[in-house]
Amino acid sequence: MSLKNLHGVHIPHRKNTAGMEALRMPPPAVVTIPMSMHIGKPANCIVKAGDHVDVGQKIGEPGGFVSSPVYASVSGTVKKVEPLLMFMGASCQAVVIESDGAMTVSPEVKPPEITDYQSFINAVRDSGVVGLGGATFPTAVKLDVKDTSRIQEIIFNGAECEGYITSDHRTMLDRAEEIAAGARLLEKWLDVKKIIIAIEDNKPDCIAKMKEVTASDEHVEVRALPAMYPQGGEKVLIYHVTGKVMPEGKLPIDVGSIVMNVTSVAALAHYCATGMPLVEKCITVDGSAIKEPKNVIAPIGTASLEVIEFAGGFKCEPKKLVMGGPMMGVAQYDLNSPVTKGTSALLAFDEKEARPAEPSACIRCGGCVDHCPMNLMPCEIERAYEKKDGAALKALKVGLCIECGSCAFQCPANRPLVQVNKLSKTMLRDYENALKEKEAKK
Amino acid sequence: MNNDLIVSVSPHYHKQGSTTQRIMLDVLIALCPALVASCLIFGWRSLLLTVFSGANCLFLEWCWNKLMKKPQTIADLSAVVTGVLLAFNVPASMPLWQLMVGDFIAVIIVKMLFGGIGCNFVNPALAGRVTMMLSFTGSMTAYNPGVYAGGVDALSSATPLAVINELDFGSFMTLFLGRHGGVLGETCALALIIGGVYLVIREVIKPTIPVCFACSVLVFTFLFNGFHFTQAVLSLFSGGLMLGAIFMATDYVTSPMTRKGQIIFAVGCGFLTTAIRIFANYPEGVSFAILLMNLVVPYINDGTRTKPLGGVNA
Repeated sequence: MSLKNLHGVHIPHRKNTAGMEALRMPPPAVVTIPMSMHIGKPANCIVKAGDHVDVGQKIGEPGGFVSSPVYASVSGTVKKVEPLLMFMGASCQAVVIESDGAMTVSPEVKPPEITDYQSFINAVRDSGVVGLGGATFPTAVKLDVKDTSRIQEIIFNGAECEGYITSDHRTMLDRAEEIAAGARLLEKWLDVKKIIIAIEDNKPDCIAKMKEVTASDEHVEVRALPAMYPQGGEKVLIYHVTGKVMPEGKLPIDVGSIVMNVTSVAALAHYCATGMPLVEKCITVDGSAIKEPKNVIAPIGTASLEVIEFAGGFKCEPKKLVMGGPMMGVAQYDLNSPVTKGTSALLAFDEKEARPAEPSACIRCGGCVDHCPMNLMPCEIERAYEKKDGAALKALKVGLCIECGSCAFQCPANRPLVQVNKLSKTMLRDYENALKEKEAKK
Repeated sequence: MNNDLIVSVSPHYHKQGSTTQRIMLDVLIALCPALVASCLIFGWRSLLLTVFSGANCLFLEWCWNKLMKKPQTIADLSAVVTGVLLAFNVPASMPLWQLMVGDFIAVIIVKMLFGGIGCNFVNPALAGRVTMMLSFTGSMTAYNPGVYAGGVDALSSATPLAVINELDFGSFMTLFLGRHGGVLGETCALALIIGGVYLVIREVIKPTIPVCFACSVLVFTFLFNGFHFTQAVLSLFSGGLMLGAIFMATDYVTSPMTRKGQIIFAVGCGFLTTAIRIFANYPEGVSFAILLMNLVVPYINDGTRTKPLGGVNA
């Protein structure tokens, strides 16, 4: 089978922090832990103002099947539980904890007893681990496939194709043993025969390290992939690693694959070995407004500003703060936005890099079409969107867009193509609902 | 200081140097070898016409935006490209006022009236050329011999397309280097190919359209013209084919977006060019061929959409 590489773009890597071991920051005075740091139902808060909490103590119960528990990341006193406006526009409950600085570990923290498939899935759920590459889909839901024979392979995503970010890079180097242990857990309890650790070939040190720690494991293969963006996109990765195409509206498991971020695997293994759930995150601090780029291990809920100040602060006035990578990260409205489970980077930019260029008219160059990994036609989608043409949007398959940003990156006219695609998805949903209603009336 | 944060949608990266202005600048750079060749062949009036036409188009677009109270768009340089291409399509003796009429048709009628850059339904420069061709046939076909006449017979005769016959290597080189009568920009195939290679290297155009266009002219001329191979090869370097294939047919707005569409478009251009050259009254068919194919581009685009990865037929 000859595999044609999908389209993509070559972005500036700017991996300034790849060679720096992550530094653990001291506990901040206050953390703000949102109950919704994952896709799905928010967790239900189980503490109230005045309660004393310790590190690793559960403060939020999963709010449904697709949900995840939330744990205290510092020891101290709950100051208040209040709504927090999240960057996605929705607000959720957030627990504000005043740290006592002691970082006392909760007595709840003890290694889980795993005896069979179900107890393993329960442990995954209790670990609080979600997709740490940024998608934040609860890992327990992803792994709970019931019939484990459906899993043909699990792909560990170590591509880290975004610019600046090196937190997965550091995890692969600094927590290699935990990733190997995670692989063994999955092999044992999910009966997985094939695990592929996929890493872009611009990280030879990670490839070597992963090969070294998994050498004795016959089920694990380390695969170097060409460095291209968006190599780490789930659909792109599955296609490049296995040749399988994920059909519209299906999940990876429908084609027999599961993709897990390497940091998620390490966090899962860490919980199974020590009982300490996901309460801290390795975060890359970088960007044109940052004085000293660094990797920082910060308690979840720490204000972005404090993480950045620990790293050395700003060298000029920041004009934009991005949580995540430069291609898919979300611009924050507040420097104090708390870091969450899915935060892999905090990027601060100066005026020059922060201001998006003014869009001009589409010149129909087709650059967006040539660089779309999903083979979509963003410029045609934009036309259909402007005409409010739901049928055309359906035919153009806008629902398949992974919002990687390659089109907008390439566009000489600076069209906001990703935004239009996002809006088009909503428009398409409305169009389809209206169609259904019409048919129901008939 | 928090209120000063810029919140914009991802991506927060943009490809360095990927702007409309840079693309148009690259096209202008690519046209420079042909301009130099033109000055050598036809004298300094080439430069005058080219600069005049480029400036005139820029001025027309500026006036339009000013009159219509629209945001100024002249910085994208697309008007200059139109003006230069239009000048490349007239002979060196062209009166300036007639060239101005062509510029007006190209920029105002074909481009700005339809909504400016990105909205023109045919290539503006070609529409301007065809209008001038029909209105000022005399001055448009005064293919003067130029000042660089070195005593080569071809220079004083009609353009090669009109008198294609057996040519030896010397005459072929004359044709290839453009030392013969014709319009400003299209005689020197070598200079145009250098420009085309530059555009391909700069990733402004892909070789698909020029190569398919030229190859199909070669093949169709061979088929339609009594399997005469020499003439088929000569047909590549004569008339406006090189200028048309490299700089006109590759106009983004009026060419298809997908590779498949571009092949259909280019072969269609090649077929029409040859058919007009051989069977119709005009000796030259490149302009009409590209204009006609421009008109069917929306249909080609609809018929050659990409197949999304994982798309299920509904």
